[in-house]
Amino acid sequence: MNKEREITDKPVEQDPPDHLGADLLQKGLAEDPDYRGEHPEPRFFITDETEDDFGGRMMTLNLGPQHPATHGTLRVTLKVRGEKIIAADTEIGFLHTGFEKLAEHMSYQQWVTVTDRMNYMSAMNNNVGYAIACEQLLGVEVPRRAQVIRVILSEFSRLADHIVCNGLAGMDVGAFSLMLWAFERREKVYDLMEAVTGTRLTTSYTRIGGVFRDLPEDFDELAKNIVEEFRSFLEEMRSMTIGNRIFEDRMRGVGVIRGEDAINWGITGPILRASGVAYDVRKAMPYSGYERYDFEIPTQEDGDSYARFVQRLAECEQSLDIICQALEDLPDGPVLSEDKKISLPEKDEVHQNIESLIHHFKQIMFGHGILPERGREVYSATESPNGELGYYMVSDGEMNSYKTRVRPPSIFHFAVLPQLIEGSMISDAIAVLGTLNVIAGELDR
Amino acid sequence: MRTTLTPEQITERLAKRFAEGVAAHLPPGEGSTRLAIVRRDLLLDVLGFLKSNPELSFDFLMDVTAIDHLHFEDPAIGERFAAVYQLYSTAHNHRLTLKTPIPEDDAQVPSAVELWRSALWAEREAHDMYGIRFEGNPDLRRLLMPEDFPGFPLRKDYPLRGRGERDAFPQYLDSGPVSRPVAAASAEDAPEGPGNGEGDGE
Amino acid sequence: MGLEKLLGDNIITTSVNSLASWARKNALWPMPFGTACCAIEMMATLSGRFDMARFGAEVIRFSPRQADLMIVSGRISIKMMPVLLKIYEQMPEPKWVISMGACASSGGVFDTYTLVQGVDQFLPVHCYIPGCPPRPESLLDALMKIQAIIGEEDERDEKEEMETATQLEKPASAERETTEPPLPGGS
Repeated sequence: MNKEREITDKPVEQDPPDHLGADLLQKGLAEDPDYRGEHPEPRFFITDETEDDFGGRMMTLNLGPQHPATHGTLRVTLKVRGEKIIAADTEIGFLHTGFEKLAEHMSYQQWVTVTDRMNYMSAMNNNVGYAIACEQLLGVEVPRRAQVIRVILSEFSRLADHIVCNGLAGMDVGAFSLMLWAFERREKVYDLMEAVTGTRLTTSYTRIGGVFRDLPEDFDELAKNIVEEFRSFLEEMRSMTIGNRIFEDRMRGVGVIRGEDAINWGITGPILRASGVAYDVRKAMPYSGYERYDFEIPTQEDGDSYARFVQRLAECEQSLDIICQALEDLPDGPVLSEDKKISLPEKDEVHQNIESLIHHFKQIMFGHGILPERGREVYSATESPNGELGYYMVSDGEMNSYKTRVRPPSIFHFAVLPQLIEGSMISDAIAVLGTLNVIAGELDR
Repeated sequence: MRTTLTPEQITERLAKRFAEGVAAHLPPGEGSTRLAIVRRDLLLDVLGFLKSNPELSFDFLMDVTAIDHLHFEDPAIGERFAAVYQLYSTAHNHRLTLKTPIPEDDAQVPSAVELWRSALWAEREAHDMYGIRFEGNPDLRRLLMPEDFPGFPLRKDYPLRGRGERDAFPQYLDSGPVSRPVAAASAEDAPEGPGNGEGDGE
Repeated sequence: MGLEKLLGDNIITTSVNSLASWARKNALWPMPFGTACCAIEMMATLSGRFDMARFGAEVIRFSPRQADLMIVSGRISIKMMPVLLKIYEQMPEPKWVISMGACASSGGVFDTYTLVQGVDQFLPVHCYIPGCPPRPESLLDALMKIQAIIGEEDERDEKEEMETATQLEKPASAERETTEPPLPGGS
């Protein structure tokens, strides 16, 4: 069995190569004939240089970027001796799309469609996080009904993300049925999302000041059915895995992260809580009405893959409780702020009377629109299923933001991977990667 | 003991301790909270103080990023670049945003990686996107773009659509029929340089 | 196949060809090149509700050597494009490509410095699927259209056509079809 691996931080002393040749700073492709699109040399922080007793050689093995077990476009370069990993290095950027640069060219309202595509497993959480950041930037109040709707849909989205993460983690260690069952339950959440927002996956449901449109008539029934179904599914998932000898052997003791190391590495979310630190943005700095609901922050002790798996199941339970309370708490009222400078008027209003038409024009046309104060900036953090999702936005008084920075939780989780898998087997690396829930869209943006 | 401080109180303590190097800046707008602007040479001292002082105890470096003030002069910063640090304390549940002005001709700043390991990749990305060098970061390679990408994408003078890198793949041009960009109508119009190179395929 | 050389172009080879096409199209082995959100919809298509196994295409092989249909789902950045091309070239003939979603077909919403504006600049694509992400039914429709392509074509001509097409740098448009998005209200 694997020993507990602690994270050490003794990198090999090296001079960082010179990337900042001033002559390369602004050249384009046509001017730089040496551009070859190279991948960086893997750099292995090998902490002990012991030679194999039998004089065995190390082999460099490439896991990704196209690999069934890396969920997303990640590349892990391994130096292995036999089946044992001596050192690892990672490379990302295979899905980099320039979201942040796009934000500087798209208006605030438009960019919400881009936020879906980051953490595409739980698009609603990204939407809500972005809307909250914009609302803080603009100083806008959100009606209570919209807040509760956001909470309900965020929690459903969190459920969908967690069960698929667990399902895929199970598939990686051999429990293939988990993945199929998880996707079947995710389809139920998709049905709900489709009834409310119009699409399954990339919802783009929130607007600045509220949500796009009100819930359908039968939402309450739909939601309650899904909650019931999930309660029994979580039981099923537990019975398949917890106490299962093979599953526990694969997952226990693999990829252990201690609490203090997790904090040092910037890890948040279920992984942090599985290492024993009870930090959840919903409790620490509540947003969108979370302070009204009664829920716990479960934690686990061990910090290994098994603990992360169990942690996600426990958080699903909490999400179901929150959803039930929020459904009771749903008030009547508008779902979009009445402030005409922020929210688009209804389409039939636009077609009927002239003020709405003018407001619609002012929102959409270039040069007008939602204009925050020049120089205003905000860092707003919400709890996405992966961890703390932060949006840092700076405005220069224009219709598009001057700087939008997304603090993706996955990047810090993936940064710690080489330390976690050093000294373990390749199959343990897969088990670790499965429970880290690294979503490439969020990682690379 | 858990004492949650407001950004005003935190920046006040910082300004008291590091008299000239730290300014408590209030961005415009109603409801804005103060952030600390730290002179570059004092940065590591300030960050160390923020981490180790028991009343501040910032054990989480949430994010490191940078801003390019080329088109939006910020008088509080004064330089072209600013590195931005987001800090959080689990013990006291308070946050702080911290900025450091960085001049364009000397685009480097000390790295916070000794204090918080989360700076390792966050600084790599800031370097990749803006070209700012973090002295002391043991692994300052590019993170998201290819290693020898000519340019720093999030700078304001880099165009959104790039400078042609997305239509040609120089390392791939010796491997078969699907090698020339569709835009070139004939062999003469094909872009020079990467056209006939023998790059090593990846 | 080399049968035409041996037996000439007559009814025997035609029947064998159509038998081979029938076998191929009903047992397509997809190679899912999933990068982003479309990959999740592809996984949903492979799962229980929209079962791709009904069409014989359940054996997803992440090894390109064993696959004949590549489904490019998701945005392809400049770092990923060489990987995609390498995988494509490792697939043995005959092979088909579905470009799933707006980003793979044309760059989608993201007209930025790092995204390839359509994989058909570098790969011959047989079927495009619009949508962001397309519904699983669209992917199944595309699969059926690929099956129709396999049924109709004659292998030898197709291969020649593809070779000339890439030399002319204009994609062959004869075999290319697009799927239509499903009507609203359908499920």
